[in-house]
Amino acid sequence: MNIAQNSFEKCIKCTICTVYCPVAKANPNYPGPKECGPDGARLRIKSLDYYDQALKLCTNCKRCETACPSNVNVGDIIAVARGKFEKKVINPKLMRDFILSQTDLFGTLSTPFAPIVNKITDSQIIKTVMHKTIGIDKHKALPKYSLGTFRNWFKKNAPDQEQYPRQVSYFHGCYVNYNDPDLGKDLLKVLNAMNIGLKLLNKEKCCGVPLIANGFHDKARKNARFNVKNMTEAVEKFNTPILSTSSTCSFTLKQEYPHVLDVDNSQVVDKIEYITSFLLREFMNGNAPKLKEINKTIVYHTPCHLERSGLAIFTIELLRAIPGLKVIVLESECCGLAGTYGFKKENYDVSMKIGKHLFETIKNSDADYAITDCETCKWQIEENTHLKTIHPINLLAQGLTV
Amino acid sequence: MGHISRFETEVLIIGGGATGTSIMRDCALRGIKCMLLDKNDIASGTTGRNHGLLHSGARYAVTDSESAHECIQENKILRKIASHCVDQTDGLFITLPEDDLSFQSTFIHACTSVGIDTQKLTPEEALKLEPNVNPSLLGAVKVPDGTLDPFRLCASNVLDAKQHGAQIFTYSIVQSFIRVGERIIGASCLNVRTNEKFEIFANEVINAAGIWGKNICQYAELDVQMFPAKGSLLVLEHRINDLVINRCRKPADADILVPGDSISLIGTTSEEIDYCEIDSLRVTDQEVNILIEEGAKLAPILEQTRILRAYAGVRPLVDVSGGNGRNISRGIVLLDHAKRDGLTGLTSILGGKLMTCRLMAEMTTDVVAEKLGNNSPCTTHLQPLPGSVERTDKQPRKKTALTSKAAAYRHGEKAVQLFDQSAKGKSIVCECEMVSVGEIEYAIKKLDVTNLVDLRRRTRLGMGSCQGELCTYRASGLFCEYGQCSGHDSSKLLIHFLEERWKGIKPVLFDDALREAEFTYWIYEGLFGAADVTLLGTAQNDEKKEYYEI
Ligand SMILES: Cc1cc2nc3c(=O)[nH]c(=O)nc-3n(C[C@H](O)[C@H](O)[C@H](O)COP(=O)(O)OP(=O)(O)OC[C@H]3O[C@@H](n4cnc5c(N)ncnc54)[C@H](O)[C@@H]3O)c2cc1C
Ligand code: SF4
Ligand code: SF4
Repeated sequence: MNIAQNSFEKCIKCTICTVYCPVAKANPNYPGPKECGPDGARLRIKSLDYYDQALKLCTNCKRCETACPSNVNVGDIIAVARGKFEKKVINPKLMRDFILSQTDLFGTLSTPFAPIVNKITDSQIIKTVMHKTIGIDKHKALPKYSLGTFRNWFKKNAPDQEQYPRQVSYFHGCYVNYNDPDLGKDLLKVLNAMNIGLKLLNKEKCCGVPLIANGFHDKARKNARFNVKNMTEAVEKFNTPILSTSSTCSFTLKQEYPHVLDVDNSQVVDKIEYITSFLLREFMNGNAPKLKEINKTIVYHTPCHLERSGLAIFTIELLRAIPGLKVIVLESECCGLAGTYGFKKENYDVSMKIGKHLFETIKNSDADYAITDCETCKWQIEENTHLKTIHPINLLAQGLTV
Repeated sequence: MGHISRFETEVLIIGGGATGTSIMRDCALRGIKCMLLDKNDIASGTTGRNHGLLHSGARYAVTDSESAHECIQENKILRKIASHCVDQTDGLFITLPEDDLSFQSTFIHACTSVGIDTQKLTPEEALKLEPNVNPSLLGAVKVPDGTLDPFRLCASNVLDAKQHGAQIFTYSIVQSFIRVGERIIGASCLNVRTNEKFEIFANEVINAAGIWGKNICQYAELDVQMFPAKGSLLVLEHRINDLVINRCRKPADADILVPGDSISLIGTTSEEIDYCEIDSLRVTDQEVNILIEEGAKLAPILEQTRILRAYAGVRPLVDVSGGNGRNISRGIVLLDHAKRDGLTGLTSILGGKLMTCRLMAEMTTDVVAEKLGNNSPCTTHLQPLPGSVERTDKQPRKKTALTSKAAAYRHGEKAVQLFDQSAKGKSIVCECEMVSVGEIEYAIKKLDVTNLVDLRRRTRLGMGSCQGELCTYRASGLFCEYGQCSGHDSSKLLIHFLEERWKGIKPVLFDDALREAEFTYWIYEGLFGAADVTLLGTAQNDEKKEYYEI
């Protein structure tokens, strides 16, 4: 039995989760985490008639779990119920959900032709067509693909990496592989400057979070088993930590696998780490790279899944370790995109409403960059504030002296 | 004091439990004018404090074939006429390693001989049907057990009876009989809410006062010996079993686990108590421990499940030896006092079970109708109760709000159509049990509700995980609106309700129940200053009593 199934009865109905739920605040049709989570779980045991289609409005941001004083895995309960009971209706929106969640497949297909694909998805006509047919909101720009994958680039560098005395394994995820190989390259630079070499897993698939969010739990579970197998191999062979530069990938590998997908990751879970917590520990143990001054002002936005992991403090302290940098930590709140959620026509307004306060604050901040750990937060902030938004690793790489 | 109201009727029924309300309905359907009185609310006696098990009769098959036969007959009837009160769950009789497996064949044989269908299951088959059953079981027998909601059953009986001209007086206690020689012609009563006295004159009086029936007989100077046996039960936070789970052995303590609506119940203990204790039942720590320990043998998950509350009831066992020695009956005891004691105008119906209430009513009404010269036949076994009339096993429409689904489950589809369908009517009052404003309005206006505890019995308000934490202030506010009471009075209703909930929580005040209770205390005491509400005026008569309800 997984955690989501027996934690609901710890709920003391204080409703704090619903107060902190960004969707409940923005959308009156969403009953909120308390009712969809612990209350619903109890009634769904009595009869499946009590499954409420409104559960699909949850963005899986897990802010409810962070808020809950009773350790109820509210978001997990909702995700598990969706995986079990959500009815898939065959229509164009199902195709859209499929496209949005198959990051691996479409990444592989698109990267060889990136310039053309990017042009097409950026054209107003195509956007309108997608809005009308499959329901991808016309205001949204689909993520850009890179020409060539990170994995391909890495192949050439792999031999060099083995020269370093210490090694770490890197779960790059879809985003680095297909959309932003530069982040992976920056990581490599930073680690090398600390005398650490980078390894990739033998193979990896999408961590599964877009599949979970779109209710394709069986496919997500397959990916999870595949990834756990590959991570286990890496740990057994090399005994390296497994690092991720995505706050959501690392959260999924560590927590969603056992809690939502019921996939046992106990043999590797302690080895998986989000990058900033690894780096800060190294820094504090005296292994910091030489950094030059960066005389800039940045605003830092905490992604929901990093908040839930309790790791925001590591990123913030890491940023503060960069000389000359002025760090402004923004109030922790959801940006509204929540992975694939905000791309959907029916969610667009709610998504914008959720992010409004964040966008306003950033627009009024006069910062040089926004910094965040999550790729989808980056898209949402850039699209709605026009402030360049980068990963903490990108900034660290800028500061390297070599 | 001056004026005393007087009422006249053909039949006066004392006691608004399952038995009394069934008699009320039976009389009304036969065209007999009747009035029913209860000193409290309907279903507030033993009827509201039992297991709610719709026995298949299997439990009694080996030891008491007559009871078993009654059970299976009534089981079949109630499934039809009271479908909205019944959950057709089926039941398992499991054999554990410490039990004697050879009892199984005796059991199956006894069931078959009284007409109870059985199906022998392997441990694997049993686990497939009921994943939470103790996996170390050696075998199981499936029988047509079910669950019966006593509150809905009584409310529907009353609703139907009223539609056929009957009258009900709740919070009205019978204090003495009005007697002419060897004939009872009525009763002197007191409305305990208003403190007004009144009298009811009737051709026939029926004593359906359950365990309190001994007192009623004493008012008529008759001697009926009753031996109260207390049974305690625990309410679990959610349903941990879909099938009733029993032990396949001679009945013993804590050996039935019943899924009731959104919760499960484990019970019961059994302890003979003194008659003077029947109004001050306590659930002891020791009983709580036994229930958890024994219950976990039926379904091991029980040990990790949160317990919501504890309650106790008294089995109304009657001594039928007539004074010489002791011969306790567990069956139905119908006393025609004209024949038994030479006192006309009074009939007592005692003992029995919740689920034999309809049969008890039929037997009693047959006797009384004959005395009144009414020869209409009984039809209660044929006519469905309100709420079960249009009920089909079809699932409610997919798009309906959760509150409507929950309400349809409780009141039948038809009643739900009467509820206020506006946004306000649909908004939720009790979040755990999905009770809407519309349902509350309906209950207050149509179902003889005078306070929040009554409201709970009609709707499940406050019976879920939070035990009134979120719904109490909302519902007491609605009382001002629909129940014509002042703000001050509604504050008193609020406190009365919380006190009643807390009585049942106290015996299990540990773990999450403690956290929940403390949080509720902060809200009502810390935030709302509930203790400042003066409890002057019309106090509810049961405030000092230490008894518990489901
Ligand atoms: C622990 C326990 C578990 C049980 N489990 C089951 C089960 O699973 N299935 C089953 O079928 N049966 C069960 N029973 C038996 C069943 O609960 C009772 O047999 C049944 O409820 C009796 O109903 P009643 O209407 O006769 O009495 P009651 O429900 O006690 O009704 C009597 C009413 O009379 C009223 N009254 C008393 N004195 C006066 C007065 N002076 N004036 C006005 N009103 C008065 C009382 O307020 C009360 O409401 C169980 C019993 C116990 C104790
Ligand atoms: S996961 Fe996020 S959107 Fe879903 S219920 Fe929790 S707080 Fe709301
Ligand atoms: S915050 Fe936690 S305890 Fe409070 S209502 Fe939500 S789930 Fe229940």
